[in-house]
Amino acid sequence: MSLEQYKGVFVFAQQVDNEISGIAFELIGKGKDLAKDLDTEVTAVLVGSDVKALASELAAYGADRVIVVDDPELKEYRTEPYAHALASVIEAYKPDIFLVGATAIGRDLGPRVSARIHTGLTADCTQLDIGDFPINPIPGREQKHNQLLMTRPAFGGNTIATIACPEFRPQMATVRPGVMQKLPREEGRQAVIEEFNPGFTPDHKYVEILEVVKAVTDTVDIMDAKILVSGGRGVGSAENFKLLDDLAEVLGATVSCSRAVVDAGWKPKDLQVGQTGKTVRPNVYFAIGISGAIQHLAGMEESDIIIAINKDETAPIFDVADYGIVGDLNKILPALTEKLKGEMAAK
Amino acid sequence: MKIVVCIKQVPDTKGGVKFNPDGTLDRAAMLTIMNPDDKAGLEAALRLKDKYGAEVTVITMGLPKAEDVLREALAMGADKAILVTDRVLGGADTWATSQTLAGAIRNLEYDLIITGRQAIDGDTAQVGPQISEHLDIPVISYAQKIEIEGDSIIVERQYDDRYHVLKAKMPCLVTALAELNEPRYMTPGGIFDACAAEITVWGRANLVDVEDSNLGLKGSPTQIAKASDKVRKGAGEKVTLDPTDSVDYIVGKLKEKHVI
Repeated sequence: MSLEQYKGVFVFAQQVDNEISGIAFELIGKGKDLAKDLDTEVTAVLVGSDVKALASELAAYGADRVIVVDDPELKEYRTEPYAHALASVIEAYKPDIFLVGATAIGRDLGPRVSARIHTGLTADCTQLDIGDFPINPIPGREQKHNQLLMTRPAFGGNTIATIACPEFRPQMATVRPGVMQKLPREEGRQAVIEEFNPGFTPDHKYVEILEVVKAVTDTVDIMDAKILVSGGRGVGSAENFKLLDDLAEVLGATVSCSRAVVDAGWKPKDLQVGQTGKTVRPNVYFAIGISGAIQHLAGMEESDIIIAINKDETAPIFDVADYGIVGDLNKILPALTEKLKGEMAAK
Repeated sequence: MKIVVCIKQVPDTKGGVKFNPDGTLDRAAMLTIMNPDDKAGLEAALRLKDKYGAEVTVITMGLPKAEDVLREALAMGADKAILVTDRVLGGADTWATSQTLAGAIRNLEYDLIITGRQAIDGDTAQVGPQISEHLDIPVISYAQKIEIEGDSIIVERQYDDRYHVLKAKMPCLVTALAELNEPRYMTPGGIFDACAAEITVWGRANLVDVEDSNLGLKGSPTQIAKASDKVRKGAGEKVTLDPTDSVDYIVGKLKEKHVI
C-alpha cells in the first residue's frame, strides 16, 4: 500500500471515568485545521467500557466520525488493551495522521502503539502544521508535500525542533495539553458513529489493577498543572500562602513555590520550581513575591504566560515576565481572587 | 533476580546546546551527566538488590565516552556494565534507539528492566515503552513505588489525578520517575573498583533480531526538518498601578489570552 492511500486525521479521544478529557476536544480542534489543509475529515477514536454515549460530545466539538471501541477490558486505562485497540483501528482504517494527547496516559500509549505498527512518533508537540519536507528543496532529493510538520521543544526548552515522518504512516504525535484550541461546542452536530471491536483476550501483557487511588491532593504534580500560582519569600509566611490557595482554587490552578519557601519550611519540596526542584511549563505561571533567581528562572521561564507580582521593581523576575505588576501582593491577591470569582460565576 | 537498567549519558543542559550540520545534536561537544530519571531507576534497582538480592546490569547506547556513566553506575553498586556503541547506530530516533537496546537486551537474562521515564535532552518518554513492545513484555511507566512479590512486581503508577497499584508478572519493564527516590552517592571503594572494572562493549554485530533498516539515522522514521536555539523570551510589560487597577489589568490579560 502506498503512503498516499493513508487518509484522514485521527485523534485519540481520551476519557477517564467515562468523562472525556479536555485534550480530546483540543485535538479535534487542531485536527480540523490539518484536515482542512489536506481536504479530509477528522475521526475521533473513543476507547473504553460503556462509552458509546460520549460520542455525541465529540461530534459537538467537531469530530466528523467517531470510532467507538467498547469493551469491559477497557474500563480502566491499561497499556496493553488500549494499545491493541488503537493499533487495530490503525490497521483497519489506515489514517494519514494520528494524534494522541501528551498526558500521563497518552505518553505511555503512544510509544507502545507506534512501536507495534512501526511508525515514527514525535513527543509533546506544541505546534502542528501541514507543509513540505524537506522544508526547502534540496537538489537531487524529493521534496514531499502535505507532510505533518511537528514542532516541539527539547532540552528543557533550550531548543525547538520541527520533525517530519516522511516514509511511514500514520504520522503520529503526542500533543501537549492546553496548547491547541478546541472549537466552540455546536449542539446537535452529527458525526458518523462506527463501532469497532478487535477482540480482547488477556495475555501476559495485561497487568492487573489492584487498586485505584484517586485525587491524592498532596501528590499533585506541579509539572502537569496548566496554571501555577507560585509563591516566594515575599509571601512572608506559611499562613499567608492562604492568599495563593484561594486564587488557585478559583482558577483551578495548583500552588507551587520557590526554593526559599522550601528552605523556610513553608511548603514541601514536591512543590519547588527551579533548578533543584522541578521544571514546569504551564500555560500560565503566576510568580508571586518571587524575586527570580537564575535557578528559579531555569525551572519556569518556558511557561507560556508569566505574570509576576512583586513590590521590588528591580526584581529579575520582571526580565522574563510577560506581565509584571509592581505592587503589594497582600492587597492585590485578595482583590484578584474576588474579581475572578465574579468572572467565573458569570460564565 | 536479574535486573537490567538502561541509562543514558545526557548533556548537562546548563552547558549549552550544540548542533551538527544535519540538525542532530553534537553530543561530543557538550558536558555530560547521568540522566536523572535513569539514576532514579538505577537507585530503585539497587534498593531491590539490597532487599531481595539481585544482579544489576546497566546498559547504555552512545558514544565511547558514555563509558563514564557506566563507571558511575558501577561505583554506585551495579554489578555489570555494557556499552553499545557503533557508528551505524548514530542519529537514532526513539524507534531506532529502542530497537538497538532491545537487540542488546535479547542477549541477557532478565526478570525486570528499568528505564528512566525520560531523558532531559529529548524529553520524549518513548524509549522505555518501545523497548517493552519489541521484547513483547508488559510495561508499567511512571513508577513512583516498586515492590516484588514472588514472580510478580507491584508498582504504584502515577497518573494526572490518581495512581494505580498495578501487578505484572515478570519479566516486565518499568519506567522510573526522578521523584521515586534520592539516588545514593558513589562510595570511595566503589569508585576504586569501578575504575578497574571491565566494561563489555558491544557493536552492531552483537544485536539480536534487529534488521539494519531499523538502526541509526537511516532506520529512524522521524527526521529533523529544522532545529534551532530557542529564542529567549525577553521582558514583557511592567506596570505600577494601584491594587484595583492591577486586578483589572491581570483579569484583562487573562481574558485576552483565553485563560478565562
